[in-house]
Amino acid sequence: MSVTRWTVLVLSLIVVMVAGVAIGTINLSLAAVWHGAFGVGDTTTVYIVRALRLPRVVLALLVGAGLGMSGAALQGTMRNPLAEPYLLGVSGGAAVGAVLATVLGLAVSLLPLAAFVGAVVAVVIAFFVAHAAGGGTRGDPRTLLMAGVVVGAFANAAIMVLLARAPANTVQDAMWWMMGSAADATWSRVGALAAYMLVGGGALVLLGRRIDVLALGEDAAAGLGLAVDAAIRLVFLVASFVAAATVAAAGLVGFVGLVVPHIVRAIGVRQHRALIIGSALVGGMLVVLSDLLGRILLPPAELPLGAVTALIGVPFLLTKLRRLT
Amino acid sequence: MIRFDEVVVRYPRSEADALRGVSLEARRGAITAVVGPNGSGKSTLVRALIGRVALVRGTISVDGTATPATERRDFARRVAVVSQREELAFPLPVSEYVAIGRFPHLGLWRAATRMDREVIDAAMTEAGIEHLRERRVDMLSGGEWQRVRLARALAQGGDALVLDEPTAFLDIGHEMGVFESLHRLARRGQAVLLVSHQLNLVARFADEMVLLHHGHVAAAGAPAAVMRAEVLERVYEWPLVVTRDPAVGAPTLVPLRAR
Repeated sequence: MSVTRWTVLVLSLIVVMVAGVAIGTINLSLAAVWHGAFGVGDTTTVYIVRALRLPRVVLALLVGAGLGMSGAALQGTMRNPLAEPYLLGVSGGAAVGAVLATVLGLAVSLLPLAAFVGAVVAVVIAFFVAHAAGGGTRGDPRTLLMAGVVVGAFANAAIMVLLARAPANTVQDAMWWMMGSAADATWSRVGALAAYMLVGGGALVLLGRRIDVLALGEDAAAGLGLAVDAAIRLVFLVASFVAAATVAAAGLVGFVGLVVPHIVRAIGVRQHRALIIGSALVGGMLVVLSDLLGRILLPPAELPLGAVTALIGVPFLLTKLRRLT
Repeated sequence: MIRFDEVVVRYPRSEADALRGVSLEARRGAITAVVGPNGSGKSTLVRALIGRVALVRGTISVDGTATPATERRDFARRVAVVSQREELAFPLPVSEYVAIGRFPHLGLWRAATRMDREVIDAAMTEAGIEHLRERRVDMLSGGEWQRVRLARALAQGGDALVLDEPTAFLDIGHEMGVFESLHRLARRGQAVLLVSHQLNLVARFADEMVLLHHGHVAAAGAPAAVMRAEVLERVYEWPLVVTRDPAVGAPTLVPLRAR
């Protein structure tokens, strides 16, 4: 992809982020946003920019970037256009963790941690299921995908059982969380997620070349000197952890991991290092924009983030669909 | 250069050995062709070579070094393998696809240099696919796709080439084109190990033939020594005659009609 397109991509992301900070119940001028970000101006504006909107926008950016990178890495490794982190049991496991935390009456601040633990446990279980089913050939991506789907289905069943006996407000809390939201953004949460994204995302970018090779198929990859099973497992684990961290920060934001890599491929990026970086940018843009639209479309109600990402992502994907295959 | 010594392979959860003590050698400067009926172990041979199936016994060595001991990436720098099947879920432009052949030389950090690009260009010239550079691999015909895969293997830059049925689905012209390329590469000093069903073509081009049957070597040697009716009839379980082609002088198999 040309330098011009990368520039356009980065500039669009910045525009969307500035809009995300400027637009809301109280609209701010560009100057107010700029000054507010540096702590200059009246206290209300500074508070809105620095404590409310900026962390929210950055959190949305990081969540989208993580889901995009995770999806791009997984689709290439599994050679499957339908692959995405939530299919590996990440979402189901995280949801069980979160619902369990609410049903047990744990503090709301512990919910992200519970979701993260649930996601990790689900991925580990999926690995063991795949190992048992594959007769030692742990790397087979189809077996791993099947195991992830099975673990996810089991998790959904567990959630319904848990919620069946829960009081109504607990159910609503859990449902709201499962639809995803960047509303509870704090700088500490942003910082933690940024650390995860830097380490995990950086690792995925580094693994990009191996993913290029894996995308040719296991035999071809082995012929090119790649330790295939180990490489597949490594990509799976890193991609799952990245996705789990986003889930812990903002709940389940559907569709991003699936649709974003397709959008980036449709604008001409094929090699996975570039694809993963591009998916971080486009994923971030999609989630920041969705969060903004969710806030302003039907005020005073806030639309669930996961629903808006799908509402934007689906038509976009459909227009590109003919060029994908 | 590539040597199989008494190689025994059994797939997990399988009752029988897929290879039962196979020995053969692919020398530099020669085409060594592995032939045999479906299920005789030809592709297993290739999968054992790239480490996709573990050896029960025996060794596979490259220039005297056993492959499990060699690092896989080091192996890939010396031996390029074109496996039988390959499906890209996300098609690439031809130039990017061929460039992946440099993977064993790049590692985690190093960027492609001018030398890498020269090797890639030379590989595309050798395979005769320069004009396809910008084309996406899913827009290629069967013949073009096989040549593009050959170019990727050449870009690996080793001195051995292993191909599993490189002329499957190709018409006569493209098939001859591939065999002529392999001949040229062997004359230039490459070790070419070829798995093929095209016995008559193999008999014309190969320096050495290895006939596999139920995981055994049923016959091996110069084409004239392997292309014998009594051997081939038993292995392929079909009545046939072997004549000498009047035009080119190579042994030629003619299967007979069932009666």
